[in-house]
Amino acid sequence: MGNQAMNKSDLILLGAFVLVVLFAPQLFAPIGAGYPDLLQKFAIYGIFALGFNILFGLTGYLSFGHAAFLGVGSYSAVWCFKLLSMNPLPALVFAILFGGLFAAAIGFISLRRTGIYFSILTLAFAQMSYNLAYSVLTPITNGETGLQLAQSDPRLIDMMFGRDYGAVLPPSDLFGIEMTGYSGYYFCAVLLIVCFFLSLRIFRSPFGLMLRGLKSNQNRMAYTGLNIRPYALSAFIISGMYAGLAGGLLAITDPLAGAERMQWTASGEVVLMTILGGAGTLLGPVIGATFIKYFENIFSAFNDGILNQVFDFLPDTAREIMVSISSLFVGEGWNLTLGALFMLIVIFLPGGLIEGVKRIRTSVGKLFRGGGGDGKSPKSAPAE
Amino acid sequence: MDAILLQILNGLDKGGAYALIALGLTIIFGTLGVVNFAHGALFMLGAFCAVAFKALLTMQKISIDPTQMTAWGTPMEIRVPYVEAWFGDFGATLLDYSVPLSILIAIPVMLLLGIVMERGLIRFFYRRPHADQILVTFGLAIVLQEIIRSFFGANPIPLPAPEAAMGMIDFGAALGFDAGSVVYPAWRLLYFLFSLAIVGAVLAFLQFTSFGMVVRAGMADRETVGLLGIDIDRRFTIVFGLAAVVAGLAGVMYTPILSPDYHMGMDFLVLSFVVVVVGGMGSLSGAVVAGFTLGILQSFASMNEVKAIFPGIDQIIIYLIAVGILLVRPRGLMGRKGVMEH
Repeated sequence: MGNQAMNKSDLILLGAFVLVVLFAPQLFAPIGAGYPDLLQKFAIYGIFALGFNILFGLTGYLSFGHAAFLGVGSYSAVWCFKLLSMNPLPALVFAILFGGLFAAAIGFISLRRTGIYFSILTLAFAQMSYNLAYSVLTPITNGETGLQLAQSDPRLIDMMFGRDYGAVLPPSDLFGIEMTGYSGYYFCAVLLIVCFFLSLRIFRSPFGLMLRGLKSNQNRMAYTGLNIRPYALSAFIISGMYAGLAGGLLAITDPLAGAERMQWTASGEVVLMTILGGAGTLLGPVIGATFIKYFENIFSAFNDGILNQVFDFLPDTAREIMVSISSLFVGEGWNLTLGALFMLIVIFLPGGLIEGVKRIRTSVGKLFRGGGGDGKSPKSAPAE
Repeated sequence: MDAILLQILNGLDKGGAYALIALGLTIIFGTLGVVNFAHGALFMLGAFCAVAFKALLTMQKISIDPTQMTAWGTPMEIRVPYVEAWFGDFGATLLDYSVPLSILIAIPVMLLLGIVMERGLIRFFYRRPHADQILVTFGLAIVLQEIIRSFFGANPIPLPAPEAAMGMIDFGAALGFDAGSVVYPAWRLLYFLFSLAIVGAVLAFLQFTSFGMVVRAGMADRETVGLLGIDIDRRFTIVFGLAAVVAGLAGVMYTPILSPDYHMGMDFLVLSFVVVVVGGMGSLSGAVVAGFTLGILQSFASMNEVKAIFPGIDQIIIYLIAVGILLVRPRGLMGRKGVMEH
């Protein structure tokens, strides 16, 4: 079963995904997002959310500590830069490896419990790592300042090949291609495509089916004689490796790792990305991550001056009221928007944007076919 | 010995705050079966009731006194809080006692807020999975804390304790040690006693009143109580309000110990969840016992002698204990069977 060819619709999906990712600079240009720094963020957080979705979307285990793996990935990548080489490939290998190892250790303990207990355990572990990174582990993490590159770093492999960066701090480069600007984006984009492909294969594999079984009825699975623990643990480790990869990429595009990446609000953000797009769907997490990072970028840049322009068409009093209300949500208040969005999505659209699109499609279909519908109720669409 | 006693005392006030928040959390688990990630935000809102009350009291009347000059040669502005201008000495006393007095406004405000929250949001989530409950209350917590931030700013706002409670109490001589060896701030002691009183009041309310009896019956078997013709939903709403009041009061009285800022709720929430888990979900006495125990253990772990052996232990001891407890006694210290197991 494992090696059957991909069916047609999956191939189309993958093809479309590849096209969109590769032509993202052109596609996103009209909405003002066609520049590499932001596109990189889309790709990196897309990878992070894809990994989280393999755990949460398929198995239903809600982890509130995934930012810890992201942080570990960043730290190990930066250490790899410092000790070995500025080439991103070994850094990524280490980031994935340590993300996975860390996830294996935490998952091994946390997965002994389910439901809310699991969420609290992962939260506790993540907070523990965050606190340690700030205090005792300062020699490794450089505490509040964040781990940075220095000119005096050994960079053993680079030394071996006689590369000397001189007095400037080197950017990371892939055999001479600097990981900045568009080359940085395309590096992330290729990895995003690989991750998406892997996630697609997992979704369609017998293993993915087992994970879905975990979500719908663990007892029944256990009674049929299956040992469920290894399945859940593998899903946890895989998603930890995705997070480690994302953390490593963050460090590659900007070689600085800080402990605030591990804070539990960061864990909350990836949960939001996943459910916003649609947990348990293939594309949902990437869409959610893109959506959030795009609006974060826009909203954070807003200030009262821009708001005044936006509401310029209103009479003065109405404009002032609108500006004072909406200024709560922009600039520094982006977190408020995030929280409100979180609530709205959970309350009205638990299946995320993907479900929203499906609902609209169904109702439009009904409209045209005189209320007949296509026989698919929207509720059967999202993650079972 | 005196050092040990001092650490126990140091842990009591923090333990009191944990116990009060965890008590509210566990009551909500037990009655409504809802995981409330916004409970820390209620604690924070309570603290900001005190801030708002103080701000209200210190609204100043500014008058210009032409006879006096400042060092810059401009007429001196005289700023007198209205309460002092109107009530004289009594007004000054009011100002001094603003923190304990803000309890008076915190109770109705928090009760109302709790009831609105339950009716407006939480009740739609009774039948939804726990993951959804966690997510929606997490979102609510962010919204609440960001609203507070936009009104009061991001910096901690110091609130002093009343002058009478600002001093230190020396237990050393009274307990037979050297004088000055066990010194403890009076307000912290007061906080400990206050939290004991609140815990006692809540437990007594649930144990000895007929309202509390119905609530306890509802916790055990909601459906049967409903069949007996009792509107259990309304009582549970009030219980939610009560839990909000408890968290709010814990926050009000904690302000002199820790200057409130907008994210204090999140910091306490994570720890309080751990406390609830250690004590056992849905167990009231478990939450209280675990709250004080963990507070005291945390203060022991921050002793220099302990930190020399296990560096960083003060940061993680609570989480370590929680992990240990969950693995050894999955229901917590005093957890009941059948609560929050699905």
